[in-house]
Amino acid sequence: MRRRQRNERLLLQGSEACVRGAIAAGCRFYAGYPITPATEIMELMSRRLPEAGGVFIQMEDEIASLGAVIGASLGGLKAMTATSGPGFSLMQEHISFAAMAEVPCVIVNVMRGGPSTGLPTLPAQGDVMQARWGAHGDHPIIVLAPSSAYEFFDLTVKGFNLSERYRIPVIVLADETVSHTRESVALPHDDEVELEDRPKPTVPPEWYAPYRDPGSGVPPMPAFGEGYRYHVTGLAHDIHGYPTTRSDETGELMLRLFNKVSKDFHLLQWFDSYFEEDARVTVIAYGSVARSALRAVRVARERGLPVGLLKLKVLWPFMRRTVMRFLSASDKVLVPEMNMGQLSREVKRVNQGECQVATLNKVDGRMITPVEILARLEEMCR
Amino acid sequence: MPVKGSPHIIHRYLRSSKRFPHVWCPGCGIGILLGALVRAIDRNGYSKDEIVLISGIGCSGRLPTYLDFNTLHTTHGRAVTFATGIKLAKPSLKVIVVMGDGDAASIGGNHLIHAARRNIDITAIIVNNQIYGMTGGQASPTTPLGVKTSSSPFGHLESPFDISKLVEAAGAAFVARSTVYHTRLLDRIISQALHKQGFSVVEVMAPCVTHFGKFTHMASAVEMMKWQKDNAIPLAKAGQLSEEQLRDKIVTGVLVDRDKPTFHLEHEKISRQPG
Repeated sequence: MRRRQRNERLLLQGSEACVRGAIAAGCRFYAGYPITPATEIMELMSRRLPEAGGVFIQMEDEIASLGAVIGASLGGLKAMTATSGPGFSLMQEHISFAAMAEVPCVIVNVMRGGPSTGLPTLPAQGDVMQARWGAHGDHPIIVLAPSSAYEFFDLTVKGFNLSERYRIPVIVLADETVSHTRESVALPHDDEVELEDRPKPTVPPEWYAPYRDPGSGVPPMPAFGEGYRYHVTGLAHDIHGYPTTRSDETGELMLRLFNKVSKDFHLLQWFDSYFEEDARVTVIAYGSVARSALRAVRVARERGLPVGLLKLKVLWPFMRRTVMRFLSASDKVLVPEMNMGQLSREVKRVNQGECQVATLNKVDGRMITPVEILARLEEMCR
Repeated sequence: MPVKGSPHIIHRYLRSSKRFPHVWCPGCGIGILLGALVRAIDRNGYSKDEIVLISGIGCSGRLPTYLDFNTLHTTHGRAVTFATGIKLAKPSLKVIVVMGDGDAASIGGNHLIHAARRNIDITAIIVNNQIYGMTGGQASPTTPLGVKTSSSPFGHLESPFDISKLVEAAGAAFVARSTVYHTRLLDRIISQALHKQGFSVVEVMAPCVTHFGKFTHMASAVEMMKWQKDNAIPLAKAGQLSEEQLRDKIVTGVLVDRDKPTFHLEHEKISRQPG
């Protein structure tokens, strides 16, 4: 790879930015299976990873892909996979495993139209709830949503960092438009990218208990082969990793799994806001729809309408604190989504009743255009 | 040092921190396999730190829990996918997978044949007791035609897989089969499998007294062991027998031993910084 000049602008597809982000974040293992519209990520990884000294393997399906990713992570490498709706459904079993066994990994889902095979080449946002609740059992999860090639880079890096920090699976939930749009971006140099690594044990192996809470909720994690011979299982386990059904141990495990992330909810309020100061009507959007929304809001402002935009970069855990602030400052809120209304349910849930929440849903495989959002804003400001 | 064959060898590899007893029924074959596996690892001189022992779901899935290695109890049928990731991430590790017949040949059948085709350098030990034990005795992909089980009350309508032939056709570098009755053979072929570079498979015929024994009216461990003894035929002898004579027999020994390029060594050739 040619060394880039500082601040050089590149013309990149979202998927290319994602791959660059992953490698900058230290990803050295990729396992995947071809699927539109996420295939570019795998193809680029098959070229770039060996160059970076990493390992690429094309697996037999998406279940196997995430299995190999989890294995590689236990072997000490930062690892990821990428897929779209149907493959994402297959991965749910192992997302659940990674959450339970606390194995860091990153899963990119480039959303396409569903249900089922649906609209493979067209954008949608139908997997917002699947990303949160698709895997069986109560489990913690972090879901990030990029709206541009730059954010795809940035949130892939941050996704790896969060996954290492909390030892949980992190989902980067992009959509076809974000992944396939080619745009000019200025990426930071590798040495400018902030990296986090999973906590490592500082005690000798004989003192090490792989699932004992060190206080932060995140137990230190050695790689297999580093002298700490421990047990990893998807069964409910005690602090040594051994299966247990004792209610005190299983209850403690589940609470720790949740608390290690929920104690830091305030750190996961990542958003951009536009015209927040005096907006009476606020659009809450994410992914490529947020781009259309920004255009619509800017035009509406030129026409003198008191509108604003809240662009969410973290979908789960839901940014309750931030969204509530915007809800209480606005008379009305519009949530445009390329689904039948998924994140809008969360917005309505946290709404204390002082704000009117409207939705704009589109599920025909076409983007929500600025014109459509603008028309609704004009109506709502009337 | 304990003498060869002494139970002390197993005791050196059991986890002192693990709460016993184990989950297996009296008369189960998996404990015998555990002993054979430990003896083979010990004989080959591997350190505990370099062994990764991985399992899927079912009775065999509990095996790694008891042993003092890097151990991983995965999802049903997917153990070889985790093993693939670990081996490629850290090729210096010796990766061993233990699966059951339902685990390896039904829900994990696709993963098994693709790991064999890619020639991932791991050893897969498949405990074939011809039934789903942990869930209560349902028909598995190796249950013989006509056998009544708790999910085939009128007799099994399907023909069984020959797991060894399956992985041979898929491209495994080494395939061997033994029963748990023939422990010397079992020790030897596991040792050979561990030594082999490439995807090596050991099919271990094991009795499930609790379920398979009940359904086939062999209600004691001794009876089932005797059945294994009487029906196992060494490969050399099997060559002289007709297909009819080999029906319902267990052909034992090293069935396949061939050299093929392994995935991680091929990958190292294209990788800038191997390892």
